[in-house]
Amino acid sequence: MTNRQLRIALRNCGSINPERIEEYIAGNGYLSLGKVVTGMEPKQAIQLLIDSGLRGRGGAGFPTGLKWLYAMNSEADQKYVVCNADEGDPGAFMDRSILEGDPHSVLEAMAIAGYCIGADKGYIYIRAEYPLAIRRLKIAISQAKESGLLGENIFSSGFSFDIDLKYGAGAFVCGEETALIHSMEGERGEPSLKPPFPAESGYLGMPTNVNNVETLANIPVIFEKGADWFSKIGTEKSKGTKVFALAGKVNNVGLIEVQMGTTLREVIFDIGGGIREGKKFKAVQTGGPSGGCLTEKHLDTPIDYENLVANGSMMGSGGMIVMDEDDCMVSIARFYLEFSVDESCGKCAPCRIGNKRLHELLDRICQGNGTDADLERLRNLGEVIKDTSLCGLGQSSPNPVLSTLDNFFEEFESHVRDKKCPAGVCRDLLEYFILEDNCVGCTACARACPVGAITGERKELHVVNTAICIKCGACMEKCKFDAVVLI
Amino acid sequence: MKRINTVKELEKVIRNYRDDLVRNTSQDDQEGIALIKVAMATCSIAAGSEKIYQTMSDFVKKRGVHAEISKTGCMGYCYAEPTVEVTLPGREPVVFGNVDENRADEIIESYIKMGDPVPGIIKRDYSTPDQVL
Ligand SMILES: Cc1cc2nc3c(=O)[nH]c(=O)nc-3n(C[C@H](O)[C@H](O)[C@H](O)COP(=O)(O)O)c2cc1C
Ligand code: SF4
Ligand code: FES
Repeated sequence: MTNRQLRIALRNCGSINPERIEEYIAGNGYLSLGKVVTGMEPKQAIQLLIDSGLRGRGGAGFPTGLKWLYAMNSEADQKYVVCNADEGDPGAFMDRSILEGDPHSVLEAMAIAGYCIGADKGYIYIRAEYPLAIRRLKIAISQAKESGLLGENIFSSGFSFDIDLKYGAGAFVCGEETALIHSMEGERGEPSLKPPFPAESGYLGMPTNVNNVETLANIPVIFEKGADWFSKIGTEKSKGTKVFALAGKVNNVGLIEVQMGTTLREVIFDIGGGIREGKKFKAVQTGGPSGGCLTEKHLDTPIDYENLVANGSMMGSGGMIVMDEDDCMVSIARFYLEFSVDESCGKCAPCRIGNKRLHELLDRICQGNGTDADLERLRNLGEVIKDTSLCGLGQSSPNPVLSTLDNFFEEFESHVRDKKCPAGVCRDLLEYFILEDNCVGCTACARACPVGAITGERKELHVVNTAICIKCGACMEKCKFDAVVLI
Repeated sequence: MKRINTVKELEKVIRNYRDDLVRNTSQDDQEGIALIKVAMATCSIAAGSEKIYQTMSDFVKKRGVHAEISKTGCMGYCYAEPTVEVTLPGREPVVFGNVDENRADEIIESYIKMGDPVPGIIKRDYSTPDQVL
């Protein structure tokens, strides 16, 4: 195989019309469901999934078959299947694309899950900001019901399964499965301690199996092609493929799907077409606000769950943001942390207060007021937040900070010791300077400066006195000769 | 659509739909028609694909082009939206990026009507499950 990508979860995405069930069916759609409900015991089907080695694509990478087994083994009159379509990572759009491009594969997989665990009801928890995905899901559900592929007595097997939508309001923490379930119940979208896991006590206190959209999209293919087929793809512990939303400073921004074990270099340089404008690669962020930054030295590491964690990042749901020499890593860490501060539900103190303090430390450093002791504090506080937070949000929110501390310590040192931002991003650390070559001595800048920081004779070079300058930028705006620069 | 009650019935339906698709694009069939797919996910629509879909539909209708046009989800080439895939009878599908009204015209007139190459083709670099043994 010479192609760099392998599309399993995205197999139909962009090639079939998502609003016509006929096109999904033409690609063996719903055949896996038919074969499972008419020819396999739930236990047998779950064993196949365990043997395939499929792990959750929503972040944690838990073995999907095992999760189903736990839900199957929980005794109850009523059980539920939930599809997690909350997708809240900044820059991520894998799940949205699957739902918009191939909704039936998710419906089919949910029905298979229902049969295996003993549930007759499924919900898709989707954010209200995904109107097109919602519309196409509704069309898909009604077409599947009309064809008898969802609803009562599917394939005359006696198995019935129905799917409804539940809408989220867009809080990141509602993607965490316990918070998601609380939100479905109409409670506050706050996580709760596990155990009990949803497989024992989930929606309305009943056993509930929660899976991510992409995880589900793989499942019809696994049942069609078999466990051996799937487990041959990928690495020893991470089977199959992963979809990434490749974004940032690469030439070919897009949605890609590669085999587990593909290297970052292949993704960024071969598929992504390298860095824009011929600039230098600096880092790649994976795992969103829970992940970290990987650098040049990780470019040849095969991508799988274990390797990413070992290098201080994580798979996450699949956001991949590429940075170049113009990006300041301290600011990047601050950006992701700011996201976590905004999205913390506030239930537990380490996350609510700790992240806020961590963010203040980064602010100080970016403003040039940081000290060596602050660098130490960043690390200590980060570790404490990770160890003591209640849910995955707090447990991973310091990762972007800790991983940049590990990989770009010199950049932190420049901010703290030399009060310089090497990438030229942190405004407070930059100074206004007038270029001799461009300055014609028009005096516009000196007249614009509200504090009289600029001096110079008419038709001669002007100079900024940085001790007085308040960095308002008025001079730069007024200069018609691009003579004023920030360095 | 008719209710499907058994796996056998589903298998029959699958064969029928496949035959429909193959008939449309098979080589030896004089009646083979071109298949045009316009990516219509949120990202594509934001880049203007709805207009491209409309334009190409109009072209097909008004100029009597032997083609069928349909919508798909994201093809993955966000950097080149709007994207359009064309499958001529008996040929491999090709994807055109950054399609605007002029390019839509060019694709119809040169590629679909005459089979002539048109610049701006995105090389397909992925395999599908059926290609993995
Ligand atoms: C803060 C936070 C946000 C999460 N957001 C999502 C999300 O948007 N989508 C998702 O599928 N899983 C998300 N998860 C993971 C879910 O809790 C859960 O592990 C996942 O839905 C299980 O499905 P999987 O086993 O198929 O991956 C999030 C977890 C945390 C801690
Ligand atoms: S870790 Fe943060 S998001 Fe999670 S429960 Fe605690 S406060 Fe809420
Ligand atoms: S040239 Fe210096 S302010 Fe105009």
